[in-house]
Amino acid sequence: MSVIKVKHISKHFGSLKAVDDLSFEVQAGQVFGFLGQNGSGKSTTIRMLLSLIHPSSGNIEIFGQSIEKNRAAILEQVGAIIERPDLYPYLSAKEHLQLFAKVRKRQITATAIDETLAKVGLANRSKDKVQTFSLGMKQRLGIAIALVHNPSLIILDEPTNGLDPQGIADVRELIKKLAIEEGKTVFVSSHLLTEIEQIANQILIIHHGKKMVEGVTKELLDPQKRIVQIKTLNDAGTLQVIVAGSFSNYLLPRKEGIFLKIPTYEIPLLNESLIKAGVSLLGIETKNSLEDYFLQITSNA
Amino acid sequence: MKKSTTILFACSLFLLCLFVTANVLAQTDPLIEKVAQKLALVNDYVAEGVMKTDVSFIKASLGKVKVYFKKPNLLKVKKEGGISLLPRGGVSLTINTLLNTKQYTTLPVGTQILNGKNVTVIKLIPTDDNLDWVISTLWIDPVEALVYKTATTTKENGSYEINMQYGEYAKQGLASKIIFSFNTKDYKLPNGITLEFGDEDPSAKQKALKNKKGTIEITYSKYTINQGIPNNIF
Amino acid sequence: MWSLIQVELYKIFRRPRTYIAFGAIAALIVVIQLGLKIDGDTYAAFLMKDINDTLTVDGKVLNGYLICYILLQLLLVHVPLLVALIAADMISGEANLGTLRLLFSTPFSRTQWVLAKFIAASVYTILLLIWLAFLALFVSMWVFGTDDLFLMKSNYVVLIEQNDVLWRYVGAFVFASFSLLTVTSLGFLMSSMANNSIGPIVGTMSAIVFFTILSTLNIPLFTAIKPYLFTTHMNNWKEFFDIQVNANNEAIHGSILNLPKIKNSLIVLSLHIILFVSASIIIIKKKDILS
Repeated sequence: MSVIKVKHISKHFGSLKAVDDLSFEVQAGQVFGFLGQNGSGKSTTIRMLLSLIHPSSGNIEIFGQSIEKNRAAILEQVGAIIERPDLYPYLSAKEHLQLFAKVRKRQITATAIDETLAKVGLANRSKDKVQTFSLGMKQRLGIAIALVHNPSLIILDEPTNGLDPQGIADVRELIKKLAIEEGKTVFVSSHLLTEIEQIANQILIIHHGKKMVEGVTKELLDPQKRIVQIKTLNDAGTLQVIVAGSFSNYLLPRKEGIFLKIPTYEIPLLNESLIKAGVSLLGIETKNSLEDYFLQITSNA
Repeated sequence: MKKSTTILFACSLFLLCLFVTANVLAQTDPLIEKVAQKLALVNDYVAEGVMKTDVSFIKASLGKVKVYFKKPNLLKVKKEGGISLLPRGGVSLTINTLLNTKQYTTLPVGTQILNGKNVTVIKLIPTDDNLDWVISTLWIDPVEALVYKTATTTKENGSYEINMQYGEYAKQGLASKIIFSFNTKDYKLPNGITLEFGDEDPSAKQKALKNKKGTIEITYSKYTINQGIPNNIF
Repeated sequence: MWSLIQVELYKIFRRPRTYIAFGAIAALIVVIQLGLKIDGDTYAAFLMKDINDTLTVDGKVLNGYLICYILLQLLLVHVPLLVALIAADMISGEANLGTLRLLFSTPFSRTQWVLAKFIAASVYTILLLIWLAFLALFVSMWVFGTDDLFLMKSNYVVLIEQNDVLWRYVGAFVFASFSLLTVTSLGFLMSSMANNSIGPIVGTMSAIVFFTILSTLNIPLFTAIKPYLFTTHMNNWKEFFDIQVNANNEAIHGSILNLPKIKNSLIVLSLHIILFVSASIIIIKKKDILS
């Protein structure tokens, strides 16, 4: 069953096309990774899902209903954080949850509020004013606000922004738990592939407002091949070794340096050949950014 | 020599005239005496009444007042629980306070008809320089020995006219209604003080300029006479 | 809807900025009261210079009722600026803070949120007015006592009996609430058009100052537009303190000189409120929340 069904939505801001004919579907219980670089149109899409921005064309259905027509009923079952965790500096964490619990049509108990704070690791700071919070703590509180009314669809826009590595791992675990244990649908956006690939079942990559690729994570990200950059003091000599060692098929056409898309098991062989040939090797770096992924998928094309 | 005799004669004649005139003036008119005698019966009174202020630039409603009088010339008008407006210095110049000083000479002017009544007109001139008034004209009914009108010019507070009507307390010479008439000066406060910018009402301005005469009217309902009044009231 | 109003009121009264206006009003009133308590007689004598030439005024002229009138004259010009501080921040402040998107992604419509915010801002405005009334009227009555209200206007004097005064103040405060709600709704409209707090606050204050100047200038060019400016009508609370006289020039107890003027102003102000709030709703409904 589709929880989110987006059909050909576009959004123009004057002459700028922020989102261009975007369509996708999110199934119930999925963790849907929505990837794109900064400025690619992710937040505009998420704001359209939450009816904060009116689409220039196209339509959005959530839980089988049009967001334009059944906004209230839909949003009752949606929890969201949108971009930065902007909150009221003069209120405490608990007061925030009490406040947002009040603007839900269903009754939310004090216990539920305490449990939500515990879930995001803010139980011991619940009475502190938000103005004393770090960015990471604000992000956690933002997630708590999205969860407090126990929604069935959770939309998280860059939820790990500002979090330390432990915080990022915690959020990842939380998302997994929400999807697997509680059966919730999670729509999560990021500009970092590494964050998404471990939790998302489905991935959609958006670039300049257009869908670049969409599919099951395991199928899209080939774990058998890696993109590596060879850093040396002698690029010409290195290229000779690559060609002589029949690695030339793996070469990627990039101006910034020598890049190869190479099966993981061949990386030690490449390393050995370069050392044997006496190339002054600085290092072989594995690339896994979204940008590199774009490179990978464009190189496949 | 002849010239100096003429001057001496002229001077003597002038002094004689002056003496004769002074003698005539010094005589107190019997009618005034009669009025004064009537008023002398009242040592003090407390009168209750209703006061109406009719001044072109003042909007005030009728107010209950108490008027306190004590011989020879103590007078106080008190509004019950409120602010009262009285002609400056004029209120104290009622007929009782004028005549009770006894420091005046009289000058009969003649008779007139005032509101259909034959009245004798007599002028009073104060003989004491310390008194506030300069001259006062009295319109007196010779039969009842009641003063129906006075017109007084004061040294500092302009001229006043007082009209009186009598009723129950006419025997003691106490009026049932007193109307003070006096000239008012211009009233104007700058908008910057009243903060009434931009809401100037031209009709109010015209009305204010139309009538420069003010009256204050006291209608008495009850007098309490000769019961004694402590001085601290005044 | 009630829960939205509660939330909005909760936010207003948890913000330190809210109390600036209450503090400012208290400070202004206390300073003026203190000044008049110490040197009020000189002030009264100055005001009554013309009257004292002709008449003797006997009684407590500088009583609580007159003090309140003086305070209202001075303060009702400035309170709108304090109201603007909160009202013009109601929507744009949250847009600036980034919390508006949280509110607008709840299951309540934007119209409901805008109305809840307007009602909350109105409650704040009215509480500010009640605070003003308490300090200016009741504290003055307590400190200066009561007597008839001897009101010196530009061209004439009105003497209102003390048992005829209090209801007029009730009327004046109700009228003033309409005036201030017009400012609230104007601030609100400005607030709906911006994504930062300063712009709408300064914009509202400038509009009030600008229109007040047009309303007070007696220049024929502006006279024609005066009846259409809300600032012209805002000052008409004073009409409660002018009294009718009968043919004998006796003031009529309990009367108001120009009741139609008050009614007309209330209608004009109400129309402004409806217009400004409706425009805010339309703008917000159409707006893309990008903050």
